[in-house]
Amino acid sequence: MSTDTHTQGGGHDDEWFASAKKIYPMATHGLFRRIKWTLLFITLGIYYFLPFIRYDRGPNAPNQAVLIDMEGRRGYFFFIEIWPQEVYYLTGLLIIAAVALFLMNAVAGRLWCGYLCPQTVWTDLFLWVERKIEGDRRERIALDKESWTFGKLGKRATKHFFWLMIAWWTGGAWVLYFNDAPTLVWQLLTFQAPMIAYIWIAILTSTTYLLAGFMREQVCIYMCPWPRIQAALTDEKALNVTYRWDRGEPRGSLKQNKKLEKQGMPAGDCIDCFQCFQVCPTGVDIRKGAQIDCIQCGLCIDACDNIMAKVGKPSGLIGYDTDENIERRIEGKEPVYEIVRGRTIAYAGIIAVVGAIMLATLLNREFADISVLHDRNPVFVEQSDGSVRNGYTVRLSNKRRHDRHFMLHVEGMPAETRVEAVGVEETFAGRPIINVGPDTTREVRVLVTSPPGSELPHSTPVTFRITESVMGEVVTTQDTFKAPERD
Amino acid sequence: MADIHDKEVDQISGVETTGHEWDGLKELNNPLPRWWLYLFYVTIAWAVIYWVLYPSWPLVSSYTTGVLGSNQRAEALAALEEGIAGRSEFADKIVATSLEDISKDQQLLQFAMANGKAAFGDNCAPCHGNGGTGAEGYPNLQDDTWIWGGTLDDIHTTLLYGIRSDHEDTRIGDMPSFGKDELLDKEEVAQVSNFVASRAGLETKDGVDLAAGETLYVDNCAACHGDNLEGIQEVGAPSLMSASYLYGKTLEDITAQVHTARNGVMPPWVDRLDEATVKSLAVYVHAFGGGQ
Repeated sequence: MSTDTHTQGGGHDDEWFASAKKIYPMATHGLFRRIKWTLLFITLGIYYFLPFIRYDRGPNAPNQAVLIDMEGRRGYFFFIEIWPQEVYYLTGLLIIAAVALFLMNAVAGRLWCGYLCPQTVWTDLFLWVERKIEGDRRERIALDKESWTFGKLGKRATKHFFWLMIAWWTGGAWVLYFNDAPTLVWQLLTFQAPMIAYIWIAILTSTTYLLAGFMREQVCIYMCPWPRIQAALTDEKALNVTYRWDRGEPRGSLKQNKKLEKQGMPAGDCIDCFQCFQVCPTGVDIRKGAQIDCIQCGLCIDACDNIMAKVGKPSGLIGYDTDENIERRIEGKEPVYEIVRGRTIAYAGIIAVVGAIMLATLLNREFADISVLHDRNPVFVEQSDGSVRNGYTVRLSNKRRHDRHFMLHVEGMPAETRVEAVGVEETFAGRPIINVGPDTTREVRVLVTSPPGSELPHSTPVTFRITESVMGEVVTTQDTFKAPERD
Repeated sequence: MADIHDKEVDQISGVETTGHEWDGLKELNNPLPRWWLYLFYVTIAWAVIYWVLYPSWPLVSSYTTGVLGSNQRAEALAALEEGIAGRSEFADKIVATSLEDISKDQQLLQFAMANGKAAFGDNCAPCHGNGGTGAEGYPNLQDDTWIWGGTLDDIHTTLLYGIRSDHEDTRIGDMPSFGKDELLDKEEVAQVSNFVASRAGLETKDGVDLAAGETLYVDNCAACHGDNLEGIQEVGAPSLMSASYLYGKTLEDITAQVHTARNGVMPPWVDRLDEATVKSLAVYVHAFGGGQ
């Protein structure tokens, strides 16, 4: 250990902690920029305005198309109404979402990161605002170096004002998914909304402002786990934003490379203009090859294509390509694009299967439900006349928006078996008729008494069957009837 | 100072070294991001704010209370108060509704069942068991054998004033200890016990005069237990024909009870539980299924 390590460590801790290098992404235009703008409009449009779309579900039901009603414990998505016991649909959605990410990755790398990730979308929007107010890359760099003047202060204040407005709208839109949107908007304006709404708006406003305004690419590089996962998922056949170094190298200035060409020396198409680097929102030099910081947004492709057009060279020096193809071209073979391959077929297959299962269960959804819980203590009760009684807690769900009557029948027991429901007086042929209110669940205690002297085995499988009075919908569930052990 | 240390750059990675070297291995300097450091400072500041706002430091006999005066015990008590207040809407309705009508209202029934279940676990389960199945000497509340009656009103009255309790309205019915108090001699106790066992379908002892037992029963027991051993609820005399005997269903158990009577006690709940809870308990116990 040399002595000068002490001089290094002492005093200035700059050595141990590095300030993030500020990145000033430059504006560009082209195909991928247009795709990104389009996706930004679509995704943010959906996010900001979806809660205002109405969907008529009839009386006594919310008419908001997409609503997560925490208090009523219902999720509404257009024609779909999810009850708490049906949250498995969420599991299905999450599986599809995860596999869709894998599929995207197998087809074209981090498509999600570059085009659809909220961090990317909002950062893009914030950058657009910044550019409109403070100017493009050069002007922003200059402005940062400038000393504080009223002009600079004005620009900065305007920028942060608009940033905060967008962030606030983002948080505001979030809470609208959990309550009737027009009502809540009015409540928010008149300060009548519940505290929790303001808290959530504050949380999402500050996170949007901080993450999209300040953290930006650092979220992708340091905080997000997906780059690590995707690095493990990608392969040599996946399309990735790639610098085609087989064509670009050796790079050099336009002049220098022309000179080399004239001399009959090898010269690449890359003129070392750094445009690809300057437009990059994560500050990546794509010419260094695939790297974890790259979110594959394709802006460098646009930037490079614009330059290539100017210098009269074919576009596509940077483009979506595979490692395999570069090798193939070097070997003089034709590039291949194998989008359909084992991996993608498997992912698409999983998505299709899970999607089909979800669709099938959705279409065959029952509008009534029964669940039965056998008493545990006691398991059975012997009566003075020698008959045996079992108690059950029966839950009936009515998923329709009107009162419905269900006839309860217990099958598998001897004739003369009595079935009673506590609090239910109406019966038909000895079977209780249970009324369940609109869109509710009712719990009733059901007592099943075997006839005296029936000498039932220790356990008899029985079926609880409910029949709806008007539509005749039938739902059954299994349980057992317990009796004393006989020797 | 800066010119003293030559910034050595690692050739392979292009990263500066810290100057630390171990056996020829050099440590690269990949500094942590500065925001990370600031975040660390923020957590320290957060901790300090927390010390000030909330109870934190233990002192010799107490602790620092924090300027917010936060107190979890007080919060818990307030929450408890709030819970009671929240229940009062239904509790008031239970009080105002007759026992028969409670089960006609779905919501009230649900509340009464939940309230009754909780109160049963707290107050009744020690003797009658969690499921209300009782034990020897403690009646089974699940079956249809009721010593003092199994209607809602009967159950409610028993709950309010207890059995052989110190309450003035309590239900009293004492079975005499025929053997111990020498009302009957040993042989007579045996005779009457065997007679009861024979009528209840139990095994009897050979050579016991059942006819004498019957005479003894009519003279001594029928007044309370009825001519046909069916029991009389008004005096709390259980049916002797039931499948469930409170003190055990063998000849020995019966003999023991005739010789030295056990008379169980149930406390009155009228002063210990509020009206809504007692009514809820009556509904809950009635809904066990044996209610009449």
